[in-house]
Amino acid sequence: MITSKDLEHIGWLARLELSEKDKEEYAPKLNPVLDYFSELDEVDTEGVEPAYHVLQLSNVFREDEVNTKCSLDQEEALSNAPNKQDGFFKAPRMM
Amino acid sequence: MWASINELKERIHAGSSEEIVAQYLDRIGKSKLNAFIHTVGESALSRAKEIDKNDIEGPLAGIPVAIKDNISTKGIQTTCASNILKGYIPPYDAHVIERLKEAGAVIIGKTNMDEFAMGTSTETSFYGATKNPWDLDRVPGGSSGGSAAAVAGGEAPLALGSDTGGSVRCPASFCGVVGLKPTYGVISRYGLIAYANSLEQIGPFATSVRDVVTLFDVIAGYDPRDSTSVDKEVNYSSALMNDVRGLNIGVPDEYFGEGTDEKVEKAVWDAIHTLEDLGATWKKVAMPHTKYALSAYYIIAMSEASSNLARFDGMRYGLRTEDQDWHTTFSQVRAAGFGDEVKRRILLGTYALSAGYHDKYYLKALKVRTLIKQDFERAFKDVDVLITPTMPYPAFRLGEKIDDPMSLYLADVDTVPINLAGVPSISIPCGFSDGLPIGMQIIGKHFDEATVLRTAYTFEENTDFHNKRPEGS
Repeated sequence: MITSKDLEHIGWLARLELSEKDKEEYAPKLNPVLDYFSELDEVDTEGVEPAYHVLQLSNVFREDEVNTKCSLDQEEALSNAPNKQDGFFKAPRMM
Repeated sequence: MWASINELKERIHAGSSEEIVAQYLDRIGKSKLNAFIHTVGESALSRAKEIDKNDIEGPLAGIPVAIKDNISTKGIQTTCASNILKGYIPPYDAHVIERLKEAGAVIIGKTNMDEFAMGTSTETSFYGATKNPWDLDRVPGGSSGGSAAAVAGGEAPLALGSDTGGSVRCPASFCGVVGLKPTYGVISRYGLIAYANSLEQIGPFATSVRDVVTLFDVIAGYDPRDSTSVDKEVNYSSALMNDVRGLNIGVPDEYFGEGTDEKVEKAVWDAIHTLEDLGATWKKVAMPHTKYALSAYYIIAMSEASSNLARFDGMRYGLRTEDQDWHTTFSQVRAAGFGDEVKRRILLGTYALSAGYHDKYYLKALKVRTLIKQDFERAFKDVDVLITPTMPYPAFRLGEKIDDPMSLYLADVDTVPINLAGVPSISIPCGFSDGLPIGMQIIGKHFDEATVLRTAYTFEENTDFHNKRPEGS
């Protein structure tokens, strides 16, 4: 059971501000979903490896060189920035 | 307006691409479907003129294509149907867009979708719901509902969508068009804005298997910029054979379970018998872990989403609210930018990955994923393809399920196992129920798109369902 207090903690972990109204509305919609998920408890997975991936891919490496085919120049990289200064993204203050 | 690629090519040859593009744009302008978030009339017409003037050749020369709004298009707004990306203009093209441009295609606009591809009805879009061309009171399916509705409504001959748990096949089924989800790794995801990376593939829509294959051939292929892209030679047009003699079809009872509409069940069985009459054989196969696929899928998809969507913080692109301190700003940007369903999935995903719950939910789901994958491997030892309904029922009404997330999730019961296993699957029209299209799903082995496409093409060549068009849309 997710409570309104749990939601506040998860919201903090996810950096998602939740209003009192959100917390009231979300819990009754999320709990039936979690109840449903608990059906997995009945599956015997003793000795079963987890499938993080469907294909047998191992690490894919490339040469450690700048790939100009998928890099952006500074102007392009900043073209969508809502707040920028002197060629940098402008972040909010830390504290 | 429902012309095939070959018909359009003849008309372009006799007239011009500019005329064709103008006709589609005109139709979109008068539409009630809300299939597009954003059209690019000017650039489409100027590209068409350029193709006409220079006689540019290519498999899609001068042909209009609609693109789901989670696929990055250089210089064209790409929002994922979310407020958080309103006004975002990608500075680069997705791999599939580069391929389309090389093939001479003309991009006419970006199609509506569930926000961040999270939905089964295209109702969670920040830009309002898309309507089903067969009945304007019904949903087109989702999450690629705009792309499917555009093709079904004659607003684009071809479209791209993405499929994480059925998001191409579901709207193809509800709108009566053809939609393909290829094997994981066949199409590069470079430039596809991620929802759940281990599950999703870009996929083509058209009104026929032949046109789906033409589009698929253009966009498939190796791309080193996607580390899960597979280096395989592809040419699927040779799969277009009207012949299923000797084909072994598997029919898993688990996909015809409780909640499956009787008319859907009958239409799919009729289709299996049609293929039998054409020389295929069928047998029942057991896929005992199917009933757990929905839970495993949603846990994995939400967990991956909670991590993927961390990038939307208002720093480099997208919405930015008034600056407070670091954490508060990000929390407020995300609160203002994401819609309810996206927030719910981020919260559940964060919960499933959080200390104390990781093993119970996320790790357990990954182990169940292994068992589901093994169900497919076992079934494919005996049969060449599996045939099931795409969706348990035809399109439901707008507003019918949107307030109850669990009932919406249950609609995906027949599509999500395919993404967990990473196998290819197509939805094609196979019947009607009270004027609404029914879709049949044909599932194949990893990288065996050819057999899936051959089965679909043979069915299409011998039936007429794909030639029916919605009246009055």
